[in-house]
Amino acid sequence: MVSLPLRSQHAPEIGGADITFAPPARPSLLGSEAELRVALGGLSGVDAVGANARVAALGTRSLKQGTKRALLDLAISMIDLTTLEGMDTPGKVRSLCTKALRPDPSDPSVPHVAAVCVYPDLVEMARNFLGDAPVAVASVATAFPSGRASLNVKLADVREAVAAGANEIDMVIDRGAFLTGKLGLVYDEIVAVKEACGSAHLKVILETGELVTLDNVRRASWLSMLAGADFIKTSTGKVPVAATPPVVLVMLEAVRDFAEETGVVVGVKAAGGIRSAKDALKYLVLVNETAGSAWLTPDLYRFGASSLLNDLLMQRAKQRDGHYVRSDRFSGD
Amino acid sequence: MSSDRLDVRKTYKLLINGAFPRSESGRTYEVIAANGAFLGNVARASRKDLREAVVAARAAQPKWQAATAYNRGQVLYRMAEMIESRRDEFAFHVAQSEQHNDRDAQLIVSAAIDRVVWYAGWTDKIAQVLGGTNPVAGPFFNFSIPTPTGVIGVIAPQESSLLGFVSCVAPPLAAGNAVVVVSSTTRPIPSLLLGEVTATADVPGGVLNILSGEVAELGPVLAQHEDVDGVDLTGAGDLAPTLAADASGSIKRVFRATTADHDWAVDPGTRRLRAFVETSTVWHTVGQ
Repeated sequence: MVSLPLRSQHAPEIGGADITFAPPARPSLLGSEAELRVALGGLSGVDAVGANARVAALGTRSLKQGTKRALLDLAISMIDLTTLEGMDTPGKVRSLCTKALRPDPSDPSVPHVAAVCVYPDLVEMARNFLGDAPVAVASVATAFPSGRASLNVKLADVREAVAAGANEIDMVIDRGAFLTGKLGLVYDEIVAVKEACGSAHLKVILETGELVTLDNVRRASWLSMLAGADFIKTSTGKVPVAATPPVVLVMLEAVRDFAEETGVVVGVKAAGGIRSAKDALKYLVLVNETAGSAWLTPDLYRFGASSLLNDLLMQRAKQRDGHYVRSDRFSGD
Repeated sequence: MSSDRLDVRKTYKLLINGAFPRSESGRTYEVIAANGAFLGNVARASRKDLREAVVAARAAQPKWQAATAYNRGQVLYRMAEMIESRRDEFAFHVAQSEQHNDRDAQLIVSAAIDRVVWYAGWTDKIAQVLGGTNPVAGPFFNFSIPTPTGVIGVIAPQESSLLGFVSCVAPPLAAGNAVVVVSSTTRPIPSLLLGEVTATADVPGGVLNILSGEVAELGPVLAQHEDVDGVDLTGAGDLAPTLAADASGSIKRVFRATTADHDWAVDPGTRRLRAFVETSTVWHTVGQ
């Protein structure tokens, strides 16, 4: 276990039914950037070969039919149904919301998804479409996807999204600053954004495809959690390398260790590149075997995806009907 | 050649999406000729391999349909060229699989090549024969054109491992369909060799997918699969009625071979070309 200069906390309570996202007494590093560097430097390096082997071994696990059915439904309920295109229109957001509430109109037993994820200017529209349904509206903010804007602009972006009704904010970290070692800058920015979020949950996008190494993923995960993230998220989906199982493994280990260390339970969101139900189930096995079954809930684990939902619905229909179904049975994006 | 040299034996693999995977299940089976000779190990496809093949076919079909008829003809003709250049290899395997002498096997390969060329020539003629303008009582120019049905599942004939195989596979391809074919269970090697040939004949990945395995295992999955638009049950034998019933669940086109259809040497006509096309009719205003 890594040694961190944290305030001591009560023993972690993981697995209880009433896990809260962020207890008010979140530990924080009130010290300097040097202190932060020491803290993150104390993290052990990631054994990349071991991580790949672990992922590969868990990927071959067979699931019994009943388990598979339950996991398909769980995966559907964990989806942040996402549209993040320059060509998004009100009509697209409306159909996205409709699909979020009732993914398969022909089968009311399909659960609704966790959230819809849109750009800030479409948040109000999405909230209006959804009404007071239990589907959250998540908004990317902070000059998504590059994050290349001044802090004031980023904070204004966040405040507007929250004011428009976003329940969750997906921010991007400043990868340039992180990679040049300006950890304090990254940390302060997350703290500031967290404050701007108010009651909205904060998901911190690490953009692991740009962090290059798994060591960096582990450090960025801890940095984000220390700064107040409610969720850590792999990717924007806008760079070629998005969520990969080893990266998610490292992040799951980070949230597990962070919870043991501090008692604060942080969620993980895998986003980008997850298109098949088979991959989604592999990720859920990874969650269960790494962080534990307590994380198998939409409150603590999410998939950021759009096309994944249809494949989950297809596999679900396959399980139900006993034969493969055609893809155009379900609405496209 | 010294006798202590290691045998280098080939395992014949599947053709899915332009690649040659072993079965996802890892299973293989031995191909034994009628005289008891061991002919080789081939992959035994599972229903998941079939699912992958259908996904690949569905993805590849629109582009194959959109290719010009001329281009599809060129690709099929290239396939014939490739068989011709390896005719001795084909003849060897046909002779082994079907227990023919060399001369008969060569004749069968020639017939198979000619059959592919025949269908290659048909690609840009289907529209003239099956389509046309229709006389209508109104100010409309009304015409019908044949369009491909989509993804076609073929249960290849069990006896005729090469000629019968290409006779079933080439017509849906010529019409612009993507094909998922289950080879002859006991005589799969010539068809798997043909798969290796198509990979170098500019046939786009996914347009032709070849699976070797048990018809009893793969047939129902193919026939019930909603994303398969038509099935050719030529090689299904006694299972054909059950498979046809399975196919009805998703309202597929079903092609059932007659006894005469199993005589592969005769002129095939256009029956198989017509089996997997749909007619689109366009009403176009004129004189306004």
